[in-house]
Amino acid sequence: MLNVENLRVLNLWGLEIWITETVVNTWIIMAVLIALALVVRIRLRRFKKIPRGFQNAVEAVIETFDKFSSGTLGEKLSYISPWFFTVFVFILSSALFSTFGLRSPAADWTTTFAMAFASFFLMFFMGLRHRKGAYLRSYFEPSPIFFPLNLVGELAKPISLSFRLFGNMLSGTIILTLYYGLMPLYAQIGIPALLHAFFDIVFGAIQAYIFVIISLMYVRGAAT
Amino acid sequence: MTELATIISVAHIAAAIALLNGIFTTFGQSKIAVQAIDSIARQPEAANDIRSAMFVGLAMAETSGIYGLLIAIIMIFANPLVSTFVDLLS
Repeated sequence: MLNVENLRVLNLWGLEIWITETVVNTWIIMAVLIALALVVRIRLRRFKKIPRGFQNAVEAVIETFDKFSSGTLGEKLSYISPWFFTVFVFILSSALFSTFGLRSPAADWTTTFAMAFASFFLMFFMGLRHRKGAYLRSYFEPSPIFFPLNLVGELAKPISLSFRLFGNMLSGTIILTLYYGLMPLYAQIGIPALLHAFFDIVFGAIQAYIFVIISLMYVRGAAT
Repeated sequence: MTELATIISVAHIAAAIALLNGIFTTFGQSKIAVQAIDSIARQPEAANDIRSAMFVGLAMAETSGIYGLLIAIIMIFANPLVSTFVDLLS
């Protein structure tokens, strides 16, 4: 469980593409989430003015997240909150994925770095879109000598964001692997459920929340 | 062979030292939690704002602990010195 297993190597025109465990697990999560979204979409075809039952539950989830993100971002920028809802759901479900005894995709640095880099790119794009030249000028403040420092400070953002998520998920994976490997068989009934509840569900939910709120703060800092 | 054993054992000690920063990380996080509980007790109506600020602060303070964990993992599982030494031998 400590290493990311390489299942198959595709060779496309001299280009090696590695299909690792992470990629397969990400596909499984994507399939589940897409199926869930389709089910919700089909169930909500008969949209009612006064929500009841299933529609009420879906609306409550979306409204809670919308309130949270527009409270952090401000009303003007809240049109990007669907993207962050997607990120939140993906991180949460990839953390919950390891309760099935499989390797969580977030315990691989490539996944977390891809997501943190997307947040970083979004931050840069929103800064350019809402503040135009003033955003680029903010790299040269308080004086042009500080440009290298500012640049390093900006580039450290995706790295720290990705390592935070990766480290937390990997620590849970390592502790559970050690537990399964070292303990005798009779100690593997019941007790791992508590460890899974703590390291996967609690830490996963907190880390998904933190990833999203820190990305939102970066975006707001760049765009206003 | 003894040199390789020396390198590996020193790497394990280095991993243990890198994890010692957990002491200070925990002190910092406990300070944040104490302050947050203090201010929630003083102003219960601002509990939600204080709680979200506390989580962000905890995450920020946790970064150094995570970096220590990563250094320890690199030292044990992906140590660059061992492969350099093996290359030197062959």
